[in-house]
Parts: sequence; structure tokens; C-alpha cells
Amino acid sequence: MNRRDFIQQASIAAGAFIIPVVTPGGRSVASEALLEPGLDVMVKKRLADAGLNAATAKGASYADIRIGRYLNQFVITREDKVQSIVNTESYGVGVRVIVNGCWGFASLGEAKTENDVAKTAEIAVAIAKANSKLLAEPVQLAAQKGFGEVSYKTPIIKNLFEVPIKEKVDLLMAVNGAAQKNGADYVNSQLFMVNEQKYFASTDGSYIDQDIHRLWPTFTVTGIDKATGQFQTRNSLGTAKAMGYEYLESKPADRITGRKTTLFNSRYDMIDDATLAAVQVKEKIKAKSVEPGKYDLVLDPTHLRLTIHESVGHATELDRVLGYEANFAGTSFATMDKWKSKNFNYGSKIVNFFADKIQPGSMGAVGWDDEGVKSKKWDLIKDGILVNYQATRDQVHMIGETESHGCSYADSWNSVQFQRMPNVSLAPQKEKLSFEEMIKDVKKGIYIVGYGSFSIDQQRYNFQFGGQLFYEIKNGEIVGMLKDVAYQSNTQEFWNSCVKICDDSDFRVEGSFFDGKGQPSQSSCVSHGSSTSRFDGANVINTARKV
Amino acid sequence: MGILSQQEAKKIIDKVLSFSKADEMSVSLSGENVGNIRYARNAVSTSGDSRNVSLAVTAVFGKKTGTATINEFDEESIKKTVARAEELAKLAPENPEYVSMLGPQKYPETKSYADSTANIDPDKRAQIALDSIDLCRKKSVIAAGYLEDSAGFKAIGNSKGLFGYYKTTSVDYSITVRTEDAKGSGYVVRDFNDVSKLNSASLTQTALQKAMASTAAQAIEPGRYTVILEPTAAAELMRNMMSNMDARSADEGRSFLSKKGGGNRLGEKLFDERITIYSDPMDADIPGAPFVIGDNTVDGRAQEKVVWVEKGVVKNMFYSRFWAEKKGEKAIAAPSGFIFEGGAESIADLIKSTQKGILVTRFWYIRDVDRQTLLYTGLTRDGTFYIEDGKIKFPVKNFRFNESPIVMLNNIEAMGKPMRSGGNMIPPMKIRDFTFTSLSDAV
Repeated sequence: MNRRDFIQQASIAAGAFIIPVVTPGGRSVASEALLEPGLDVMVKKRLADAGLNAATAKGASYADIRIGRYLNQFVITREDKVQSIVNTESYGVGVRVIVNGCWGFASLGEAKTENDVAKTAEIAVAIAKANSKLLAEPVQLAAQKGFGEVSYKTPIIKNLFEVPIKEKVDLLMAVNGAAQKNGADYVNSQLFMVNEQKYFASTDGSYIDQDIHRLWPTFTVTGIDKATGQFQTRNSLGTAKAMGYEYLESKPADRITGRKTTLFNSRYDMIDDATLAAVQVKEKIKAKSVEPGKYDLVLDPTHLRLTIHESVGHATELDRVLGYEANFAGTSFATMDKWKSKNFNYGSKIVNFFADKIQPGSMGAVGWDDEGVKSKKWDLIKDGILVNYQATRDQVHMIGETESHGCSYADSWNSVQFQRMPNVSLAPQKEKLSFEEMIKDVKKGIYIVGYGSFSIDQQRYNFQFGGQLFYEIKNGEIVGMLKDVAYQSNTQEFWNSCVKICDDSDFRVEGSFFDGKGQPSQSSCVSHGSSTSRFDGANVINTARKV
Repeated sequence: MGILSQQEAKKIIDKVLSFSKADEMSVSLSGENVGNIRYARNAVSTSGDSRNVSLAVTAVFGKKTGTATINEFDEESIKKTVARAEELAKLAPENPEYVSMLGPQKYPETKSYADSTANIDPDKRAQIALDSIDLCRKKSVIAAGYLEDSAGFKAIGNSKGLFGYYKTTSVDYSITVRTEDAKGSGYVVRDFNDVSKLNSASLTQTALQKAMASTAAQAIEPGRYTVILEPTAAAELMRNMMSNMDARSADEGRSFLSKKGGGNRLGEKLFDERITIYSDPMDADIPGAPFVIGDNTVDGRAQEKVVWVEKGVVKNMFYSRFWAEKKGEKAIAAPSGFIFEGGAESIADLIKSTQKGILVTRFWYIRDVDRQTLLYTGLTRDGTFYIEDGKIKFPVKNFRFNESPIVMLNNIEAMGKPMRSGGNMIPPMKIRDFTFTSLSDAV
């Protein structure tokens, strides 16, 4: 079928109020199939060796194999109805090779025999040979030691797929019920659960078995004022995590209170949040429409994560800087000359960004990346200065390094791995600073919670962000709710206007399944950590219109 | 297995249905061969090829449904899949919105398949890339482009005697050309069913000209301007608006088509009277799908010509079969593409008749800001020019906009000859008072 038609029809069918779902990909299975073990690790090693041997026999100077089993479960509801429960499984093998200095890639679904894998490797070699005729720059791969036979598993307490469907449905029905009881007109809620079982092997001598677990509980509450025909929505303030079902079992200690709305730390109470959302959505309808102008912005991590993602995360991707994304996601203003100068003021002196794939619970956390590099942590921006990028094995030589950052990722066995964003986080301020202290000298400001509308240009200069909840700050006090708020700024100006960052007691890690890049487009998982931060003198616009 | 013929597909579907013990059963069988090549920095970066055929069986008992899928077609595998779907259906919660399957339908014979596209091989893809790269190497500019082609079939059937089959092909090609000093950038995107209509060198030439012409862009104040939107620029906003034509959302009070006090705005004049929007699966420029492809269960409704907006008045909205039954309306499905009527003028003609204005090649990163008013934000990209006294005067820096397609379609000055863009037919549009809210340094 026509891929474009499908995408259009799917998005139309989904309607405007369903949050876009990760393309389930793969075949539908019964929920108990999600608990069946995949291939034994010895079998995977045998298959991988068959592929590696076939590739080198045909002339590959390097080869890696990913044997992937991707399990998804989606529970989708509205009000008192379960709309859909989907379980999918996708299994296959992807082989990547270098021949004559050129990459080649091929994949095969349901590859179960050594012959299947060997044949796929031979196709990858043939493609590399064909493409090498158009070669301009031969691949320079940073050396990587083999790790032998190793494994990694997301530290989870309660396996998502072991929790009965009924328990998940009951939770969502309780969430929807709580919202409706508190005045919501409509409520859509979803649980997305993913298990990536990936086996990686390369001619460097690594055989890496990884078992990654992730979930995203979310909802949208809608309130309607029939008399005026106005409606407002409020989305969940929970986030996507690399955790088990324990993320949804929260204690009072996991809540942050005293800030107009309840926020959640390492655990999430979906029912509490939906209860509050229903009340807030009604308040939003009656809220004061913002007066456009300059405001000091106090941004909660539930909001700031997206601003970080767009203006720092994407801007420091080396493939964008080099031009590999020019025809799609774009390039970057953070060019090599700015990095080489060692004095490019990306932000104010208190702005420190680090990249990592190791923070517990973060969406990016893995043991090794998809080309066999051990996960680590490094600085991107130090004391406001741009100091590094995000790179893979074939890129690091361009920034004078000999070891990859471990940023390689493919969203499926049938997609080729390439440079993807690690977790990119704003370091908390070392000196003690609470939320209350942060706002006490704000004369005219807005406190923003949750992420809303977002847009940024193709070189990551100019952006506009909305949010879920907006509170007016006057003379150090939160005085009431606002609506129709969005702020526009320029990346460098914005991060240079960062005057205060709360300390690590406020540090939270917020994640997403939907970082899109590449052609054909791939979706990657990433988190962004930060503490509540303040940006003085931002340009706020009013987004209300008469039509 | 590649692309199955109608007879081969029917044989498999009939076999599936013969094993059914369910109250109702539907079958969807589809296959697709997809290939791509991607290039950047004047060299190929990645290319790929994938083939897939899959069968989905949905069994229904009362209002309980279950779906199982498989990609093997021997009798044993089919039997197992049917049994699995039936088992899943019995375990499923009841779906109160389930509507019984349709009987036989009459489908239009759409013409969206071209052998030329189905026969593309890696050499052809490499040649398309090379034609583009060569031109850019010669002119010392930098090309980044992407080609994706697909050929596939879709067959559906059910236990009430419904059967449908069609083949389709598609090609999507895009090219960005940037100058070496990174001060100029140009872009072209096109889509076809028939790859023989694609000339990557000529499209690259257009992108190259835009790149050269857009260097040394000047900053002009953001504000309200008359804009000429090329079809590529107008298409996404128009498509976003049309994706909000769902009747249920409107009736529920959460759409731009909701009526104050309840109900929807069917029959109301919402746009300039020159605005007429329709869909037609038999259209020669954007041949559509003959039937509606459901997600889990086979939908099976025939696509037909539908007028959505006529002379500014909303004439039809999308109705799911459930919502249509509940509201006593006809269950009209969303089409695969829309046709916006325009005029006969070229973009050059529209420029000639403009005193002061901005020519926009494309928009980028469009996101909704307010669902109530369909306010969107986004930025211009890859070729934005200032027009004065009927001529392009100089390139301008990119702008951020905040605008609603509903407002735009009330501020129409003129429309040119529609062009295919992303599976829709969109005219170049001249629109007054288009709202740019800030400047961007991005090239």
C-alpha cells in the first residue's frame, strides 16, 4: 500500500485528540506472548557469527549485526471505554558492513537460520559495493575494543508485561473516572509499554545482549464551556521512563507540593494528576488572557525538557553540524568554528549541559550503544561555553577524538543505526536554591509547567514554546492562572538570560519516545534532566485569535 | 512474495474465510516493496530496500473483536492464524462502538499503479541521486536529497461477501541545495505515482537557483504582509486544517467546527467564496485508494467523489461508521488526498500583480498553537523573497509565523494553478495580512 496514504489516513483516523503513537510495527500477538523468552543467547551468537563470517568472506573490513526483538503493548481508552489494546512483536536481523570504505546495510524479518543471516550480510556487502562507486569520503571508524560476551538489563522492579491487562485497564478507568468526577468533559488516557531485546555483535569481538524496558503513561483532559463554545485541554504531567510498572506506584514522598500544582518525582500518581487536571482545565477556560510583553520566566523541568531538547540537544548533534541532515531536520548554528574558538557563549556562566546514556530511569539509559560502545557521560556546554558535540564512531575523528561518545541508535532491526541524541541535561546549580527563593525577587513573571506547542527553525536559532499551565508571578508571589501564553526567543539569547537554576533537590529527568530524525524517519528515546530555572526578560506573545 | 495479483490475493482470502467459526470475519492482505537512497555532502549516505507481505485476520463474536497477523500463507499457518484471532476475540472486552461489517461494495477502478515505479532497481536510484549530485558538484554547491519509492497491493475481504483489491505505486523525492558559504539554501519536493515523471536534475536546478538567489538575505521587520505561498508552503497548513474535519470532535465541542451551544457548523460559510475543496479517487493527478483502509478491522467503505467545502460553505465532514449511525448521517470517510480548486495563473503571474509582498518557498516545523482557532506556528525556509512592484527585489531572512488557515482562507487575494503536493492538489495562494511574528537567522 501507499505509505503516504497510510500515514495520512492513520493521522486523520486518529483524530486531533489522540496523542501520536509509536508506530507499533510488527505483528499483533496475544499479551502473554510478550512474556515468552526470545531466542537463547547461544543461538543468537551462532546466528551473529554466521553473518559476520559471511560479511568478511565477501570482503567487508568491518561488520556488525543486530538481532532485535521489539515488544510493544498499548492500552488506549477514552472516558469509560477501552478503545484498543494492542500487543505487537517484531523480530529480525540488521547487518551493517564497510566495504571499500563505504557503508552498506540490509535487514531481514523473521531471520531464524544461519543461512538467513549470512544471505542478509551478503546483500549488505553488495549494497556497499554498489554505493562505493559514488563514494566521496571513505568511512573512518574509531577503534573500539571488543567486550566479549556481556549483557545489560534496565533495572526494573516490576516487569510491565507481567502486570495483567486488567490491572492496567482498571488504572486507566480510575484515571478517567477521577477526571470526569471532577468536571472533565472528555478524557483520553493511554499506557505505552516497550521492551527492546537487542543482541549486538561485531567483528571487533563484542557480543552484547541487552534487555531495555520503557513506559509512558499519559492522558489528555478536555473541558468545554458550552455557552461560549470554548474548550481547553490539560495533558498529563507524568513522563516516559526506562522503568517497570513501579513508576506508577507512588508514595506521598514522590510528590512535589506547594507550587500551585502537584509535580511528580521519580514515581507518578496518574489518578491524582488527572483529578487535578480536571479542576485546572475548568480554571484555564476562565483564566486571564496574557498581556503580551517581557516577562521573567520560571520554567519547570516538565516544560524545560522540550526547550532543552530543541535548542541544545538537536543543535549539538554532529551529523547536523556536518550537513548530513540538511535535507530534512536541518543543520545547526553551533558550527565547528564556534566550537574551535573555545569562547562561544552558548549560555550564561551558570549554564552547564552534560550528555549521557547512563542516568537511572532515563529513556537513553543503555549499557552499550548500537555500535558496541559503552555508555558514558561527557560535557557539551561548560560554564556557558560550547565544548563538545554528540558523535558516533565514524564521526569522532572530525572533532579530534579517538573514542566514540556512544550515540549510535536504530529504532528497529530493519533500520540502519546512526547518530542519535543521548540524554542532554542542564546541571543543577551547586549552591542551595529552592523554588520559593527563585521566585521571590521576580516582579513580573510567568511560571510555566508542562510542555505544549513547540517549534524551532532548521538551524536552531528561533523558537516558540507553549505549555500546559501558566501562572502569573507578581512581586514574588504567584497571583493566578493565565492562558494563551507562548514565548519566542533565540537560543543563544535565551540561555544567556538564564539567571538562576534550582539545586539538585529539584532535579528531575523527563523523557520521550518521539525524537524524530533521518530519512526514512526514525524515532528515538531520550530524556532531559533539569531543575526549575529562571530566564529574565523573555518575549511573551498572546496566542488567542478571533476566527 | 512481492506483489500478488487479484486472483492470488482472492484465493488466499477465500481460504482464510473458509476456516472461520466466528460471527463475522474480515481479512486484510497487503504487500509492499520499498526502496530508498539518501545523499548529503554531495555523496550517497545510506540506501535501503525492504519487502513485506502480511495477512491480518479479524474475528468477531457479538461486539468482541480479535486480530491476528502472519506473513506465511500455507494452509497450516492460515488455520492457526484464524484460530488465534477467534481466541483473542473471545478474550477481548466488548467494544460498545462496534458496527457490523459491510456487505459487497462497488469500488472505483483507481489508476495509481505504474510499472515504471514498480521496476525501480538500486542502479536507477543511484542514477537519480547522481544526476542531482553531478549538477551540484559542477556548480560548487552542496546537495542533500532523498528518494523513496514503493510498490504495493492491498486486498480486503469479509465473511459477508465483501472483496476489494488494488495496486499502487508512489515516489517521493526531495532535494536541498546549499551554497558553500552556507548563506543560501533552496528546496524542492515532489511526489508522483509514475517515476518516469521525475527528473531529479531539473528539480535540483530549481533548488540550486533558489539557493544562489537566497544568499545575502536582508532582515525586514516582522508584521503583517501579503504573501505568495508556493503550493509546497501552503500544502501542510491546508492538510492540517482538513484533518480537523471530523464530525465527532465537532459534535463533542472540541473542534473549529463546533457550534456555540452544541452541534457542528455543517452548512455554514466559513471561508471566502472562492474556496472549493473536494476529493475524488478517480482524479488523474492524485489517483486515490478505491476503499477505506481500516486499522484493526477492515473498514471497506468505497471512496467516492466528495465536496467538502463549496464556495466557502462546509458541505461534508468525516463520519466514522459508528458516529454516522448514531447521528443518522451518511458515513463519509476521510479521503487519501484533497483537491483545492484554484485559478489559471502561474506563480510568476501572481508575483507580477503584487505591489508589496513576500514569496515563500516552504514552511518548516509547523505545530498547532490553539486547536480552537487552528492557530499554527512555524517558519519560512529555503528561499524567502521580498516582492515590490511586481518583481522579486531581494532575498529576506526567514520569519516565524503565527497564523490560522481559517483566517488565511478568508484573506485570499488570488490563487494560481494547482500543483500536486504531498498527495494533494494545492494552488499557489496570494494571501493578505499574513502574520509574521519574529525573525530567524537560520539559513
